[in-house]
Amino acid sequence: MLCNLCKKNEATVHLTQIVAEKMQKVDLCEACSKEKGVSDTTGFSLADLLLGLGAGQELEKGSSAGNELKCPQCGFTQADFKKAGRLGCAECYHTFAEGLEGLLKSMHKGVRHTGKVPQALRQSRELTDKVKSLQKKLEKAIAEENFEQAAVCRDEINQLRQTHGNLLPG
Amino acid sequence: MSISEFLSTPAEMCRREGANDRIVMSSRIRLARNLRGFPFPGWAKKADRIKSFEVMRPAVESLPMMAGSFSEAMENLSALEKQILVERHLISREHAAKAAGSGLVLNKAESLCVMINEEDHFRMQALCPGLQLRQAWQSIDELDTALERVLPYAFSPELGYLTACPTNLGTGIRVSAMLHLPALVLAEQMNQIIQAVNKLGLAVRGLYGEGTEALGNVFQVSNQMTLGESEVEIVEKLNKVLAQMIEHEENARATLLEKKPKMVFNHIGRAYGILANAHSISSKETMNLLSLARLGFDLGLFPGIQRSLVDELFVITQPAHLQNAHSEKLSAEARDLLRADMLRERLKPVKRPNPPASPPDAPAAET
Repeated sequence: MLCNLCKKNEATVHLTQIVAEKMQKVDLCEACSKEKGVSDTTGFSLADLLLGLGAGQELEKGSSAGNELKCPQCGFTQADFKKAGRLGCAECYHTFAEGLEGLLKSMHKGVRHTGKVPQALRQSRELTDKVKSLQKKLEKAIAEENFEQAAVCRDEINQLRQTHGNLLPG
Repeated sequence: MSISEFLSTPAEMCRREGANDRIVMSSRIRLARNLRGFPFPGWAKKADRIKSFEVMRPAVESLPMMAGSFSEAMENLSALEKQILVERHLISREHAAKAAGSGLVLNKAESLCVMINEEDHFRMQALCPGLQLRQAWQSIDELDTALERVLPYAFSPELGYLTACPTNLGTGIRVSAMLHLPALVLAEQMNQIIQAVNKLGLAVRGLYGEGTEALGNVFQVSNQMTLGESEVEIVEKLNKVLAQMIEHEENARATLLEKKPKMVFNHIGRAYGILANAHSISSKETMNLLSLARLGFDLGLFPGIQRSLVDELFVITQPAHLQNAHSEKLSAEARDLLRADMLRERLKPVKRPNPPASPPDAPAAET
């Protein structure tokens, strides 16, 4: 069995780590395991190592056409990710989304963010929802020819747009 | 003002107290954040990094909680100054290697530190003595909220805060605590504990983070997953696990004292003997022996001294701190000699450990 990292030497160090019921395996040669600090089992995290290994292949799976994906924003490619284990810019998450999904699944508890949201975004989301519901109400009122109600809705929407226009899309 | 003038002395630093500091040396929470519209630091050209640094640094300096802070570009710090910051756990080893376009902003209390252009645009951390994860989360959450008001973050509603490495994606949070676990190591239970903690999706590392060994029986426990759980869920999970680890360590101490008191006293007595009498000693040996001295203090074997003395020795015997106390450049051998001199001097007033005569009645006596 060859070393997963250098793919040259015989692998003599075999690691298995079970994190949250997911099993990960790595086979390394003596030299690579030393370089990665694997000899010290207490200070070693398989996830960090795996990222450098499996990440590139995961991304390749994502590109179905065969020609290499490149981030239009920053010029980052799959090959770069394979090398660095890091992405180039925020837009890369969009560019490589398909390939990243499997990777994220293997390393995190879920694939959707459930934590903190920047305040400005939270406010804008709430406002957008409010305007949407008012617009629905407005359409309904018009359909029912309840023009008094419609006028109230229209005024409210205009008011929101005027005071918080910077937080609303479009 | 230079960073050495800005930092509190090791003695002051070690007098800071927190809950459970008998076992939990410190609590830390760091958040990874990036700016919208700039490539991540590792991929950015030098010119881009300098440009983004010029946007980020004044924004951090302007925050109310960072008033009176120390702010500097990495290229203006000497190798020694950077190493001191690493030994104080204020910056990462990776950040110490950075030059132009990177920097740090550190508040006066040394409880909040923002690394600029590390692996991410921002790596901000709150550091508290003892077990105070909720407190640390509150402080760093406030800093983050204040910063997001003045700078646009790279954020996606689905994926959360976008980070250079997918392992930090989502909350970008790393919650960690540094634990002193000498009894679990002596009782050879540490590997079992590490495996159990790993199964919960948490990592156990050495003193200086990724890929470092557990010098001085000090272990760092931290979360690994950042996506799919909220910050508070992660903090509470750590709190629960840490409470159990503290209990295991206390149990191991009590059991060792009951079953193998001679073995424990032998280790502590020998550690004292070497620390107080050596004429040359490496930093690694010092840390391992100081760990046993700290255990001896916790077990009441060194009446009349403060734990902060042991903790201070932990800090000032590290290579960069030792070098900093001397004007001439020291070789590793010269440092070993000076380290031993300093230890003999500082341990002069400390009487040799005095274990209770026969089997102790109250093994875990804390005073």
